[in-house]
Amino acid sequence: MSLDLKFTYTEKKDTRSGFGDGFLEAGRKNPNVVGLCADLIGSLKMGDFQKEFPERFFQTGIAEANMIGLSAGLALGGKIPFAGTFANFATGRVYDQIRQSVAYSNKNVKICASHAGLTLGEDGATHQILEDLGMMKMLPHMTVINPCDYNQTKAATLAIAEYEGPVYLRFGRPSWPIFTPKDQKFEIGKAWKMIDGADVSIFATGHLVWEAVVAEAMLRAEGISAEVINIHTIKPLDEEAILESVKKTGCAVSAEEHQINGGLGDSIAQVLSRHNPAPLEYVGVNDSFGESGTPTQLLEKYGLNAENIVKAAKAALARK
Amino acid sequence: MEKQSIEQLQKVATQLRRDVLRMVHAVQSGHPGAPLGCAEFFVALYFDQLHHNPDFKMDGKGEDLFFLSNGHLSAGWYSVLARSGYFPVEELVTFRKLNSRLQGHPATHEHLPGIRVASGSLGQGLSVAIGVAEAKKIDKDEHLVYVMMGDGELQEGQVWEAAMYAAHHKMDNIIATIDYNGQQIDGPVSKILDLKNLRAKWEAFGWEVNEIKEGNDMKSVLEGLETAKSLAGKGKPVMNLLYTQMGYGVDFMVGTHKWHGSPPNDEQLANALGQLEETLGDY
Repeated sequence: MSLDLKFTYTEKKDTRSGFGDGFLEAGRKNPNVVGLCADLIGSLKMGDFQKEFPERFFQTGIAEANMIGLSAGLALGGKIPFAGTFANFATGRVYDQIRQSVAYSNKNVKICASHAGLTLGEDGATHQILEDLGMMKMLPHMTVINPCDYNQTKAATLAIAEYEGPVYLRFGRPSWPIFTPKDQKFEIGKAWKMIDGADVSIFATGHLVWEAVVAEAMLRAEGISAEVINIHTIKPLDEEAILESVKKTGCAVSAEEHQINGGLGDSIAQVLSRHNPAPLEYVGVNDSFGESGTPTQLLEKYGLNAENIVKAAKAALARK
Repeated sequence: MEKQSIEQLQKVATQLRRDVLRMVHAVQSGHPGAPLGCAEFFVALYFDQLHHNPDFKMDGKGEDLFFLSNGHLSAGWYSVLARSGYFPVEELVTFRKLNSRLQGHPATHEHLPGIRVASGSLGQGLSVAIGVAEAKKIDKDEHLVYVMMGDGELQEGQVWEAAMYAAHHKMDNIIATIDYNGQQIDGPVSKILDLKNLRAKWEAFGWEVNEIKEGNDMKSVLEGLETAKSLAGKGKPVMNLLYTQMGYGVDFMVGTHKWHGSPPNDEQLANALGQLEETLGDY
């Protein structure tokens, strides 16, 4: 069956390249933008910036804790540091450094985290962090952003360079459909209603926004009208957009490449339970670690693909 | 700030010791031992060495900066900041109390002038200092960045990440100092986790090491810090090994870890203050 998708793509690209290209552009726009990386310049796509601005780029070696401290120091000295490494090493490994030197001290540091989630693939669970959004959203002062494709990641990267304050920017490794517009405006904290619907709201973030777009078409083919909302900013959460949508649809699904515990779904549940208790089903990893495999295989095995979003939407509808 | 004589500086150090003891006594919490041992260092730095502006600006452009990585010495740092004009001396009375800018460990959240980053969770200050030293290099600002760490703090792995980085990147605008008092909260450093040969360690990491053997003698500290300054700008970061005695200045507190994190009671305070002349007026 061919699906009638509301968003389509002609090209696939990794979101980390969106970061790399946005970072270079931010560096050209603002001489205060500087970069740091802990021996993963190629993986983070930070090489073009390093080549163009070598005096504004700092290779720290495999020493992430020091990298976070350096970033705090650069920030208080008036620079806008973008510190890049894999999401696992950018969060869990350096949580206390981020907590004290960046978040509590309210430093203008951009923590740029690639290879997040299961779609990192074959490297397996040691590298597939599924707890990072939770850890970062718990920190006061921290803004948490998880864009969905190359274009949105590039736009987000440019936006955070202009925002004053600590930011966690999460992106990934796999080649992924580019289905959002080029040169889009990225508004931190403002959810994007991508598809209007009446029966169920699907709140998705990161790579799973694409799965939600596919799920919407699948649901529509069965006569179910789903609203798809792109929650690129986990914190601050656009509560108004969530409540407005659920007021109309009466039930919801959250979809994220993250543990259900502590993720986007938890944040949405807080909003709904306070203002409009409504059925909410979670698409996320259910209290387990990942494993080696291709991104597609892993999304299927751990229940994160479009089919699972469809199932969750039906379950939410049944509870209305 | 006008240059002061050694005698004048020593008077400030004595007052700092009184401030520290009264502050921790008032709230019956805090860390008196190490700041008593670092009084000469704090005063030599803020009243003689630093080119700094008590009219505080966060980015510190165009001035020397100091970071206290071992944030539990906060009482001493707050005293020297107040006594050198960053904020009113009277504010010292709020130390560790609710709604104060003088948090138990230094913080920026409450906007206390003189503090640029939170510290207390150990091992992070050297990295932050190197970061701002990098910013100064980009800005072609030739001022120096000072940072102090405890000797026990060197047990934290991040310190050695930063040590490697600073040497590799030739951060010769960094002057770090270790409060080498040989004590940590559970006992002597040599018994807890021995640092062995610290000079050799830092030299092996590519640092210029400057030993200040009499860390509780003002003249010796001033000369040591002058030497450190002369070593800066030569391609290597500089490390002062500052030999101090925890609890210096009070006979029953000196040279033991017992006063690392314990405040004196009323009687002990009176005894201690009797040994330290009120030179600048108590807060």
